[in-house]
Amino acid sequence: MTDSKYFTTTKKGEIFELKAELNSDKKEKKKEAVKKVIASMTVGKDVSALFPDVVNCMQTDNLELKKLVYLYLMNYAKSQPDMAIMAVNTFVKDCEDPNPLIRALAVRTMGCIRVDKITEYLCEPLRKCLKDEDPYVRKTAAVCVAKLHDINAQLVEDQGFLDTLKDLISDSNPMVVANAVAALSEIAESHPNSNLLDLNPQTINKLLTALNECTEWGQIFILDCLANYTPRDDRESQSICERVTPRLSHANSAVVLSAVKVLMKFMEMLPKDLDYYGTLLKKLAPPLVTLLSAEPELQYVALRNINLIVQKRPEILKHEMKVFFVKYNDPIYVKLEKLDIMIRLASQANIAQVLAELKEYATEVDVDFVRKAVRAIGRCAIKVEQSAERCVSTLLDLIQTKVNYVVQEAIVVIKDIFRKYPNKYESVIATLCENLDSLDEPEARAAMIWIVGEYAERIDNADELLESFLEGFHDESTQVQLQLLTAIVKLFLKKPTETQELVQQVLSLATQDSDNPDLRDRGYIYWRLLSTDPVAAKEVVLAEKPLISEETDLIEPTLLDELICHIGTLASVYHKPPSAFVEGSRGVQHKRLPARAGSGESAESPEVGQSGTSEAPPAVIPSQGDLLGDLLNLDLAPATTTVPSVQPSMQMGAMDLLGGGLDSLLGGDIGGSPSMGAALGAPAAMPAALSNAPAVGGGLGDLFDLGGGVGMPTGFYVAPKTLFLPAMKAKGLEISGTFARRGGIIQMDLSLTNKAMSVMTDFAIQFNRNSFGLAPAGPLQVLTPLTPNQTIDVSLPLGTTGPVMKMEPLNNLQVAVKNNIDVFYFSCQYPLSLLFVEDGKMERQVFLATWKDIPNDNEAQFQIKDVHLNSDAASNKLQGSNIFTIAKRTVDAQDMLYQSIKLTNGIWVLAEMRVQTGNPNYTVNRNKESCQ
Amino acid sequence: MIGGLFIYNHKGEVLISRVYRDDIGRNAVDAFRVNVIHARQQVRSPVTNIARTSFFHVKRSNIWLAAVTKQNVNAAMVFEFLYKMCDVMTAYFGKISEENIKNNFVLIYELLDEILDFGYPQNSETGALKTFITQQGIKGQHQTKEEQSQITSQVTGQIGWRREGIKYRRNELFLDVLESVNLLMSPQGQVLSAHVSGRVVMKSYLSGMPECKFGMNDKIVIDKQGKGGTTDDAGKSGKQSIAIDDCTFHQCVRLSKFDSERSISFIPPDGEYELMRYRTTKDIILPFRVIPLVREVGRTKLEVKVVIKSNFKPSLLAQKIEVRIPTPLNTSGVQVICMKGKAKYKASENAIVWKIKRMAGMKESQISAEIELLPTNDKKKWARPPISMNFEVPFAPSGLKVRYLKVFESKLNYSDHDVIKWVRYIGRSGIYETRC
Repeated sequence: MTDSKYFTTTKKGEIFELKAELNSDKKEKKKEAVKKVIASMTVGKDVSALFPDVVNCMQTDNLELKKLVYLYLMNYAKSQPDMAIMAVNTFVKDCEDPNPLIRALAVRTMGCIRVDKITEYLCEPLRKCLKDEDPYVRKTAAVCVAKLHDINAQLVEDQGFLDTLKDLISDSNPMVVANAVAALSEIAESHPNSNLLDLNPQTINKLLTALNECTEWGQIFILDCLANYTPRDDRESQSICERVTPRLSHANSAVVLSAVKVLMKFMEMLPKDLDYYGTLLKKLAPPLVTLLSAEPELQYVALRNINLIVQKRPEILKHEMKVFFVKYNDPIYVKLEKLDIMIRLASQANIAQVLAELKEYATEVDVDFVRKAVRAIGRCAIKVEQSAERCVSTLLDLIQTKVNYVVQEAIVVIKDIFRKYPNKYESVIATLCENLDSLDEPEARAAMIWIVGEYAERIDNADELLESFLEGFHDESTQVQLQLLTAIVKLFLKKPTETQELVQQVLSLATQDSDNPDLRDRGYIYWRLLSTDPVAAKEVVLAEKPLISEETDLIEPTLLDELICHIGTLASVYHKPPSAFVEGSRGVQHKRLPARAGSGESAESPEVGQSGTSEAPPAVIPSQGDLLGDLLNLDLAPATTTVPSVQPSMQMGAMDLLGGGLDSLLGGDIGGSPSMGAALGAPAAMPAALSNAPAVGGGLGDLFDLGGGVGMPTGFYVAPKTLFLPAMKAKGLEISGTFARRGGIIQMDLSLTNKAMSVMTDFAIQFNRNSFGLAPAGPLQVLTPLTPNQTIDVSLPLGTTGPVMKMEPLNNLQVAVKNNIDVFYFSCQYPLSLLFVEDGKMERQVFLATWKDIPNDNEAQFQIKDVHLNSDAASNKLQGSNIFTIAKRTVDAQDMLYQSIKLTNGIWVLAEMRVQTGNPNYTVNRNKESCQ
Repeated sequence: MIGGLFIYNHKGEVLISRVYRDDIGRNAVDAFRVNVIHARQQVRSPVTNIARTSFFHVKRSNIWLAAVTKQNVNAAMVFEFLYKMCDVMTAYFGKISEENIKNNFVLIYELLDEILDFGYPQNSETGALKTFITQQGIKGQHQTKEEQSQITSQVTGQIGWRREGIKYRRNELFLDVLESVNLLMSPQGQVLSAHVSGRVVMKSYLSGMPECKFGMNDKIVIDKQGKGGTTDDAGKSGKQSIAIDDCTFHQCVRLSKFDSERSISFIPPDGEYELMRYRTTKDIILPFRVIPLVREVGRTKLEVKVVIKSNFKPSLLAQKIEVRIPTPLNTSGVQVICMKGKAKYKASENAIVWKIKRMAGMKESQISAEIELLPTNDKKKWARPPISMNFEVPFAPSGLKVRYLKVFESKLNYSDHDVIKWVRYIGRSGIYETRC
């Protein structure tokens, strides 16, 4: 039979013809017609008009026809929900069919129809199918729970399907177990804290048993689920590893990679002196190498993962260099990845081989690949000192080929080699200068200019060379312009007599004719330095530069650890955390490697010197650009650009000045319960504010949490520190902090932690314009350099006289922090109570008068629930935060408190709080008076 | 998980489109066509991210298969699934071509419904699938209850790859040891890298549920046995044993047993399947040695001489020998002289192709060529791609030997001796290159 005829496009009256055929009495004709409909659907034609006619064909005992109709339904039911109901009866009936294949088909299809009315009818059949005697039906039903959850999560919970699903983990059939695990894992992802996949040693044992028996796909589901478990101790960890290692011999690469993921993760917990640890390391290499004989697409996935593994545990593959040699016929994406891994594995032992290969690659056809190969030669020189000389001569050979992009790439890497080995290879400068004219890429031009400036005293015609660049100054990219400016200043400091004119020319170009603030600022600074104190200028501009470290492009350690937990998945292919490319809440929670049991050693330090050799962890240097003598890069870019928001921002209505704040103000656990502010369980008027604001925004709200002590009007409530900037986003710098008001001065308390491997210095901080003009009143006092793994606490005094700009939400603060590595941005929210000044107590009369004057639309009312305080205690407590009670009145067993607050910018807020004795709910009427 | 699966022809027209998840819209179909199939540049990665949607693709002849997702899926699994999908389709209707796909689109939709549920791959063993999905429409209308439950228990069962009640009058099995030998050699004759990737393919026509045990000259096994046996025995077999770097098995093999005892035991699927794959890098017999000599005579002429030497027992014959000598792009004419076989310059492939039908072991042959070049002002030097070689030899270059394949079937009355067994070794060239 040939079905291709259905794809031929027919003329206009097609739909009518089909309609007639669908209603034909002949079964064969009907079937033909449905096939035509499906073919049209595939190519994207709209055949939804035929909905009732197709659904009519559903009542059939021909299974093939039934499946086709179902396929149609899945596509169009959503667009015709009312008519889809027509199909419900057939589904329900099919779920009772004696043939398990039909029962499964019905429940599988029903789950794909995203129409509310159908899902209602789905519950009962699904419940039956989950307990069906046939495993085929059960395994289909298990997946159906995940489908239903995707449509209506609440329904699944209410109907108790989750528990049934959990029971299926103990099913006798391995495939049912595997599908149940897959469904539960998916559901658990959208409820990060639900503990849905209650992994305990018993369930783990069940999973490991099913692992041996289920299909290859099932093994993947189970292994991926196991990877989320954290064993209690090293012994459990070892026993799981022992039962997972046989999977490394599976023919399916995905099973192998998922097994590798479990092993890499659990290995973290094993003591390194354990024999088993060494055995495991040895067992990991062969399967990883075998992955490279798979199809190219899988090789690519494998190589991206090996790239991570090599960074985490270089010892696994250190003897396997040869398998990463590029084959002539490899697809380009495989070639580029292999090259990357070769450089990571390069060491003194294999450098000769590697270099011979790289030289070979530099003559290939693909431009990207050749460039990368050339760059790799430079990286080898920097990494393995013994090879530096050979690398440099290889690079010179390549420059002789005069192939434009090879030359440019070679010059860029030679600049780095100069940085690494000063005063060693400068003899090649002459050769480099010959190629000056052929450079047309900014990076290469910048590198060359840097070289000329740095070695100006050895290049006779340095001034001529630089002058030639100066002609087209305005057409150059910023990178080149900055380099040129610095290089000419260097030249001037070295040969002041001949180059005075040149330096004046460049300074005026940079300061007067340029729109680029970076360039202008740098120009002015040089100018002033040179005109006030040439000696100091010399010290600054010609200062000795720190050596560059050997490894580049390393993934930042915390990110690397997270990616190791995602081996085999897209995250490991993109080298990005899932949150960077997955929408919504799914998979956004960060995964961590478990800490090693027993010793207090931190999990992130890679294997250091087990064999006693110098396997010191390589330091991460950011990017080459920054190192280019970028010594005056003080400009903390004004944060007018979009600042990435770090916090799951609590949405405080900006127009509703104190909305969420005051509400949660009394919402804390005043009853003296031990959990401090963590569980503000009040489901009241503003749930967003309550559920989502642990400290930053809800600081105001936590005012009452001060130790639960009631009668003591202690000072301002200070929320515990929260994470402002995760290390992952800031090249290893982690910042957490909080805000406080101490003795009338606003302070920002920060903890800076260095989670990178290199020392951090030169900290500075700046705020973007914000609603209340908050600005640092002094510099960020970090006097000593921050060494790796060190934390420093700093208190930064803040003033309120900075520039004002309305923020959204109102209490949002965008901050830029700079150190020697880079500038980082984050945003945080401060409690509004920070801004309540001490002289906020209003005179009674004034209060009364003002209260009356405030227009009604400035008034807002809301309730605070579950507060067990009497009015006096509340009033005392609020006073600690500069909320003053002006008067109190008792009406009908209700205490009315009248209160005033004054903000730093002079806005007054007046409030009336109604406290009913015995009733834990407060009602607050709030009036606000605008600026005076 | 997988959100949708599309199949396109070379023009980018959709042949099959099945969406599993609500987050994948119809526009995803077009996004892939525009950004990948119709992209101007060469494809730089098999995974493409377009507007926060990830596309995985593989190509079979001129057909594109693409899986789409918006989540952080297991990427290795998606590719494995796509390959599996190709295998299943091939098993049902042969070559994957536009015509075959159009002819079988109903069947493909049925298969996609069965082997992928909500984006989760389900049992995709052709043996099992064929019991209830056929090209002649679905079986199942006229099945008895037992048959139905047999199908479901097989699809979900522990031995999903074999059904019960298979009967043959003659119990027979065929073992093919297929190896591809890969080499990269420097112009000076130094081995830069060499490895053998081998496959053991089995065709079994056995009744019932036979339990099989496969043995080969694996060094680890032989050494272990050698300790127990006489020293003489160990010495004799030790010479022939080979070190296997790594091996992977079909899902029928009990992996935990291999891990603990290194024995390969399994219940085989019916018909043809791949039992294991392995890789070796030590003591490889390189069947041919290529000795190149390239001389540039001035700017417009190249002289090439290539010698090939066969390096195996004189009694064996290598077949389908082909040596491919690349020529520069600006070649204007070629003159070739060879002692054996036929050689031709193929301008479209930029290479001299030298073919020899048969060649015995320990022999040597030679080709010499003069290549005329057009003068160019192209600065870039010719990249000199390596000389590659193809051949087929009747032995396993890794040295692997099948020692035994025992069959036990306790319920039926046939024993290991009654099974007729055939073993064949074929060594082929993989990527067999010598730089010049």
